Amino acid sequence: MPELAAKKPRPIWYNLSPVNLPAPGLVSILHRASGILLFLAIIWLLYLLDMSLASEAGFDHLKSYAANPIVKLAILVLSWAFLHHFCAGIRYLFLDLQKGIDLPAARATSFTVFAVSLILTVVAAVLIW
Amino acid sequence: MVNRVVVGAHYGLGSWLVQRVSAIVIAVYAVIMAIALLGGHAHDYAAWKALFGQGWLRFATFLFVVSLLLHAWVGMRDIWMDYVKSTGLRLTLEALTVLWLVGCGGWALQILWR
Repeated sequence: MPELAAKKPRPIWYNLSPVNLPAPGLVSILHRASGILLFLAIIWLLYLLDMSLASEAGFDHLKSYAANPIVKLAILVLSWAFLHHFCAGIRYLFLDLQKGIDLPAARATSFTVFAVSLILTVVAAVLIW
Repeated sequence: MVNRVVVGAHYGLGSWLVQRVSAIVIAVYAVIMAIALLGGHAHDYAAWKALFGQGWLRFATFLFVVSLLLHAWVGMRDIWMDYVKSTGLRLTLEALTVLWLVGCGGWALQILWR
């Protein structure tokens, strides 16, 4: 069985540059990139949560800390990462259920993921600023 | 299972399932938190503290933390498996990922049950 699988000719996509990827491929690599970003952010988000729940002074300190434009930008980038990961993840759950697996549907849902996650990121930006 | 074939079927099914179930828990918790934030529960310290003082939210947050750690573990392991070909280095990175996540989980529980 393994030999059979190995000998089966498969299409090979050599150009993996993000600008050359089809929409589902771009959703996929950004799902991965946003996942790494969120993994790295866990510790910082815990730091913020700790500050916010520790005391009244900590909560107020978080408010002034979060007023810093660089912190706001970081929160916005993480908001995008989460929203993209969230929307793409829901798409993958539907793919697991064999929904939307033909090419036109896969492309359409990929564009939907970008549209919804980017619109919600803009909403997040408005709420942050 | 005596005759384990490395490329055989089903060996990754457990991780696959953990990834999906934890994803659903995280997604539901994210929606709850978004509603809480938009509903003004983070407006001041008293409201924020009261939110996390509620039993059901602590229960949900605990499930969220456990799901997040498992989800991050499966995802990061996939990434190490895809890109790091050296077994020794990959094992080191995987071990560090587990230790890091367990440490983060400990801190999260400390924040919740202080």
